[in-house]
Amino acid sequence: MKREIWKGSEAIAEAAIRAGCRCFFGYPITPQNEIPEYMSLHMPQSGGVFVQAESELAAVNMVYGAAASGVRAMTSSSSPGVSLKQEGISYMAACQLPAVVVNVMRGGPGLGSIQPAQGDYFQATRGGGNGDYRTVVLAPANIQEAVDLTQEAFDIADQYRNPVVLLADGLIGQMMEPIVWKERTPRVLPEKTWAASGRRGRDHNNFITSLLIDAPACEAHNLNLAKKTAEMEKNECRWEEILMDDAELVLVAYGTPSRVAETAAENLRKQGVKAGVFRPITLWPYPYARLREIAGLDRVKTFLTVEMSLGQMLDDVNLAVAERKPVKFYGRCGGMIPHVSEVEQAAVEAWKEVK
Amino acid sequence: MTAVERFPHRLTLVTGHYGTGKTEFAVNLALALAGEGARVSLADLDIVNPYFRSRERRPLLEAAGVRLIATSQACTDADVPALPAELHAVLEDRTVRGVLDIGGDPSGARVLARYRPKIQKEDYQLLYVVNAARPEVRTAERSVEYLRAIEAVAGLRCTGLVNNTHLCGETAPEEIREGAALAEEVSRLTGVPVLCHVAEARFQDQLRDLPLFPIEIRMKKPWE
Repeated sequence: MKREIWKGSEAIAEAAIRAGCRCFFGYPITPQNEIPEYMSLHMPQSGGVFVQAESELAAVNMVYGAAASGVRAMTSSSSPGVSLKQEGISYMAACQLPAVVVNVMRGGPGLGSIQPAQGDYFQATRGGGNGDYRTVVLAPANIQEAVDLTQEAFDIADQYRNPVVLLADGLIGQMMEPIVWKERTPRVLPEKTWAASGRRGRDHNNFITSLLIDAPACEAHNLNLAKKTAEMEKNECRWEEILMDDAELVLVAYGTPSRVAETAAENLRKQGVKAGVFRPITLWPYPYARLREIAGLDRVKTFLTVEMSLGQMLDDVNLAVAERKPVKFYGRCGGMIPHVSEVEQAAVEAWKEVK
Repeated sequence: MTAVERFPHRLTLVTGHYGTGKTEFAVNLALALAGEGARVSLADLDIVNPYFRSRERRPLLEAAGVRLIATSQACTDADVPALPAELHAVLEDRTVRGVLDIGGDPSGARVLARYRPKIQKEDYQLLYVVNAARPEVRTAERSVEYLRAIEAVAGLRCTGLVNNTHLCGETAPEEIREGAALAEEVSRLTGVPVLCHVAEARFQDQLRDLPLFPIEIRMKKPWE
């Protein structure tokens, strides 16, 4: 297969088109402008629709409408823009509409900076919008994975009739890496018999709404959504283990910090510390069970969570490890990237406490 | 061949489609010229990209005696397409060799239009970077389209092609040869000569038949 060099944001856009996305609605914001830019040129060429909306709110609600008609639809933005989209995501989850929302995270809170960050972990994994709902959150750590997960995201969304979030940090959006376009086997998916795409001889109208004014009916609806949540938790959890076979110190990181952690682990091994990296690929569902298992191993002495935020995924690591072993933390934020040497130093300090 | 012989004109304007590796080439060119004893200024004039900018290599450049001209970080991070006033020093001081790292695509080349009257009075070369691993410009036709669009926006003619085909750290000599074929085809279609082929110094032995500009990877990722 021929290798090509792609920038993260444009690769995500092309992957979406190849996955059958036919509607893209967005609004520019750094560091993901290449997504709408690429879509504006290539989506019409592939028979789809590109609209630069007047705001993020408009864009996400256009996705809501397109998804309701049964079309594969996507929007993308960066942190403050994704905050604006939360209402739409909650409504789509309520209406059981499949859609893909890409967040290429930058420094926050508020307008923050345009440099890479991971401060939207809580927002992405805990709901973000109102109500009892969950979205699968996919976190690529390289451009090939960004491509593969973007394509997978559309299948996951369709399978569960639920929005899916692709959560990349700014560096994944902006860096360039070689990739190949793999032949992929799409999932076998249910027909979209629920789509509001015209009556077409049916004996009923497909009516899509999130308004369930009768409380018992609203509760029943929530319980139905919860069944889906349980299915997603059971089926969609992913992670990667790097240098973990004999690891005694475990670095836990996703996205760009996992790349930093990997180099740090290699360096630590040269200094005699058996370090490994546990990299969640889905942030929801979080790989609690596997991480708990690792925490229970005798040889594993301590954990160090590394983030480009101030201790958000740390909560999930703590939930998984559940005080079986110490969990330490090193993070940079606001658009700063943890340096390999800083991670090494934090790891050495954590190691000194347990060895 | 020395860098000064390969790129004999006082000002070197580096243009191309985004992601072709203009910045890697510009940083290496500035370092090579300085290594040969020239007084060199490198101007980071990218108004498109927020990350992976030549100004991120300030310590390396300054240690090598290269003067870096760039807007403040605050300016770029505010998404303001501002240009550094200091650039005039390079355009006007004929004792200095200037390497101008221009942002990608015609939109990035708009910067050149702003300085066209000054540039035209100087001894300059406008380079167009070719990269066969970049999907958007992998065919000669598409590559020529971008070249012509950049010329139209800049109001300047391209004088030389640079083959910078690479796959980041995974480049092999075959990719560089593929890029060489693309560059030759672009040259045939436009009449613009191919000046050199950029290759990591470790490939020099395998590509002896090509006019090479050997580089070291300077725009590394944070974990590399």
